[in-house]
Amino acid sequence: MIGIEHFIVVSAILFVLGVLGIFLNRKNIIVILMAIELILLAVNINLVAFSAFLGDLTGQIFAMFVLTVAAGEAAIGLAILVIYFRSRGTIAVQDANRMKG
Amino acid sequence: MDFGNYLALIAPELLISISGLVLLLVAAWVGDSAARPISILAALVLGVACFMVGPALFDGASGPDTNAFAGQFRADGFAAFAKMLIYLSGIACLMIAPAFFERLGAMRAEYPILILFSVLGTGIMVSSGNLITLYIGLELNSLAAYVLASFLRNDGRSAEAGLKYFILGALASGILLYGMSLVYGFTGTTDFTLIRAAMTLELSTGALFGLIFVLAGLAFKIAAVPFHMWTPDVYEGAPTPVTTFFASAPKVAAVALTVRVSLDAFGLQADAWRQIVIFAALASIVLGALGAIGQDNLKRLLAYSSINNVGFILIGLAAGTPQGASAVLVYLAIYVVMTIGSFVAILMLRDADGNYVENIRDIAGLSRAKPLIALILAGMMLSLAGLPPMFGFWGKFVVFQAAVQADLILLAALGIAASVIGAFYYLKVVKVMFFDEPAGVVQGRSETGHWVLLIGTAIIVSPLGYLLTIPLGLLADRAAVSLSLLP
Repeated sequence: MIGIEHFIVVSAILFVLGVLGIFLNRKNIIVILMAIELILLAVNINLVAFSAFLGDLTGQIFAMFVLTVAAGEAAIGLAILVIYFRSRGTIAVQDANRMKG
Repeated sequence: MDFGNYLALIAPELLISISGLVLLLVAAWVGDSAARPISILAALVLGVACFMVGPALFDGASGPDTNAFAGQFRADGFAAFAKMLIYLSGIACLMIAPAFFERLGAMRAEYPILILFSVLGTGIMVSSGNLITLYIGLELNSLAAYVLASFLRNDGRSAEAGLKYFILGALASGILLYGMSLVYGFTGTTDFTLIRAAMTLELSTGALFGLIFVLAGLAFKIAAVPFHMWTPDVYEGAPTPVTTFFASAPKVAAVALTVRVSLDAFGLQADAWRQIVIFAALASIVLGALGAIGQDNLKRLLAYSSINNVGFILIGLAAGTPQGASAVLVYLAIYVVMTIGSFVAILMLRDADGNYVENIRDIAGLSRAKPLIALILAGMMLSLAGLPPMFGFWGKFVVFQAAVQADLILLAALGIAASVIGAFYYLKVVKVMFFDEPAGVVQGRSETGHWVLLIGTAIIVSPLGYLLTIPLGLLADRAAVSLSLLP
């Protein structure tokens, strides 16, 4: 029998993978955008699982909002990435270091 | 309460969103030549919105009559106080921008519209009474802010600032959301009042994790240590008017939101979050002060100064009383004026070729070339440091007073001791401007609009500002009471 705790564990694993994907990633920025999506999907699993478990619709409505905003966020992220690439000619993580201190 | 009343409660938000959409169409139709008129119209819209939140602010509106849409949205005195600050700083950022961007040939009609939408998002944040409203407001503000940070499309630093702000902002939203999903799962509701009612007893592990994640996400947004690392890069790389905006409106909104969430939704679990807030407060004060010492970019220095100031604001929050909330609001009001004043002063410094001067070495001996700007910038620095004749001292004073009355005497003492470290780098800027050999870099005339704003903020920050202490304190007290923190 699959219970609520299984869902929480899966979503926790996805969340941690997403956070690690942002911090341990040494290659390129697209991977970071994917890691961000992973975090938001982990949240959605949580929300939908809790919603089903509690018999309360709020969580699913919340998940809809999260999905919508995630789409907008991805669009803006890619747009910023494009202008960054235009001015720098690279999207490698270690090159994003013009400012330091 | 019927639907019409609800619409009346969200009237400022309706006004800003509708005029933002209309101006967007105008911008698409007319093009960048309409940038200046659209800026003026956007500033007018925000001015009207100020008048619309005025009554709620002066009456200290509170109670169930201020809840719209089943508690999703709260138009109470607390929200009105924060919104007034947000709208005023939005107007200031609209006033200073056209001259800056036109000089770089990058003034676009989108700038005022993005500011409008960002201000709309911050307004929804401070009015939220539900986790969903909170999230929508936060993202509306953030999405506009990411674009604003990378507004100078051809400047590598601006693009990099936008990218860093986007990645870390999205991570912060993710952490916040994860916390909200846990809070929802373990309390069964997303409404602040119901969460408060559900969190009366000992916290379950899941709910405790949720609380910590939510506070961590909010700490990212207010740039408190240990989640401050994006601030210096973003403040340095973003165009100066945008940096001014980041340091004022979203900062006010994020702090007000943190106060509302911790005192309202998590208000009965103050013992669970007080330790975290105290740590973040002291770490922000110390790291903000130490990090600023080696900086040679003025905007970067002010970024560390904003981290440092957030630490003092969190001391007021750690008190956890209505008086603490009132102290936070007073501090915010003074901080916004100081920070806008400092950034406008930096904006007015240009070299012979018309490039903007941001380096501390280049403002050496500024007192001889531009005595008035140097004097006002020195005043801002002393005020940010909290030295007594300036108005900035009053903000620190009320915050420490609230902490002492909440029996956090050790915290207040440590905060005062740590603020001495901060005084060092503020005084260094003053020393460079007044006593070093002139570098002779800063030249040229400044725009009238900048002068008006600079002198206006300078008068408030000067000792004359103490005339405002009583009305400001009264308004902040009423606003804090409207949080209605009954057990």
